[in-house]
Amino acid sequence: MNCIIIDDEKMARVILKTLCNEIDSLNLLEEFSNAIDAIKYLNENKVDLIFLDIHMPNFSGLDFIRSLKNPPKIILTTSDPKFAIEAFEYDFIVDYLLKPLALPRFKKAIDKAEAKELKAASSTINNNFSKNEVDNDFYVNIDRRLIKIDLPSIYLIEAKGDYIKIKTDHKDYTVHSTLKKIEGKLPGSLFLKIHRSYIINIKKIIDIEDNSVLIMKDVIPVSRSKRPELMKRLDLL
Amino acid sequence: MEQPNLEYINQLARGDESIKNELIDVIKTEFPEEKKDYYNSLESKEYKRIEENVHKLKHKISILGLEKSYEIANEFEHNLRELSLDRKEDFDEILIAISDYIEII
Repeated sequence: MNCIIIDDEKMARVILKTLCNEIDSLNLLEEFSNAIDAIKYLNENKVDLIFLDIHMPNFSGLDFIRSLKNPPKIILTTSDPKFAIEAFEYDFIVDYLLKPLALPRFKKAIDKAEAKELKAASSTINNNFSKNEVDNDFYVNIDRRLIKIDLPSIYLIEAKGDYIKIKTDHKDYTVHSTLKKIEGKLPGSLFLKIHRSYIINIKKIIDIEDNSVLIMKDVIPVSRSKRPELMKRLDLL
Repeated sequence: MEQPNLEYINQLARGDESIKNELIDVIKTEFPEEKKDYYNSLESKEYKRIEENVHKLKHKISILGLEKSYEIANEFEHNLRELSLDRKEDFDEILIAISDYIEII
């Protein structure tokens, strides 16, 4: 899970960073000393989980929560549990942690966040494959032509500088875009970013060996931080 | 009075000296700044700001394993919300104890 930290106290940020480093499935993207900078960042970047201090001067954690349009999962951090009560009205609040934070309780909160993520992914599968066929494709702009691409036929998307290469069962397409942009259009149930340069269709994996996957004829590296998430998504016997 | 200690920091660092040193460095830098902000806010008698500064310092108190002092800080923070400075002297003593301690770590 890609996460960020918002806390006005440097000590709290360093402690959270230390704890995040203990969990393989967490990828800490950024840390912020105020909520306003975090809002700007969230407008441009996809984040799965936020560690949010409630008690901050000027613009509090609660002000921040109320300002979010599409909130990711949030774990509250606070020295005072009564500040967390109001926030629990929101279903995207996964848990709250009392300061000073300790690893065993931190791990439990991450487990809760991961369980919530898996539940959301399985509900996306149901929605995508039963409800609406239109959700199963999208259009890309190549040389001023809009070309329809069937989502399940995509097996690999590769970053190539300012371009991405979309590989499907039938054909490859080179599109002027970024992995970050296309990631938002793909169903999380089917696709997973396993490396900063690669998104794969997990249903097309042939085999996995150490830190790489074989998908069609391509051998793709898997980042160490992404491997636990990949393993969770596979139907292991 | 109870003495500050590094028990929590040692638990967090799990034997990694670089993490331990980073945490100690942050305390040594951030605590004097927060203490200064606290006394400045006391001078200007801005209760909201005093409360915010006590809240920040409270975290340092807990990190240094001062459980009883943490309760005192909680009470002081609560009193400030009622615009009372009750327990200020006790809180100030805690700050002195921490200031002395971070000089020697």
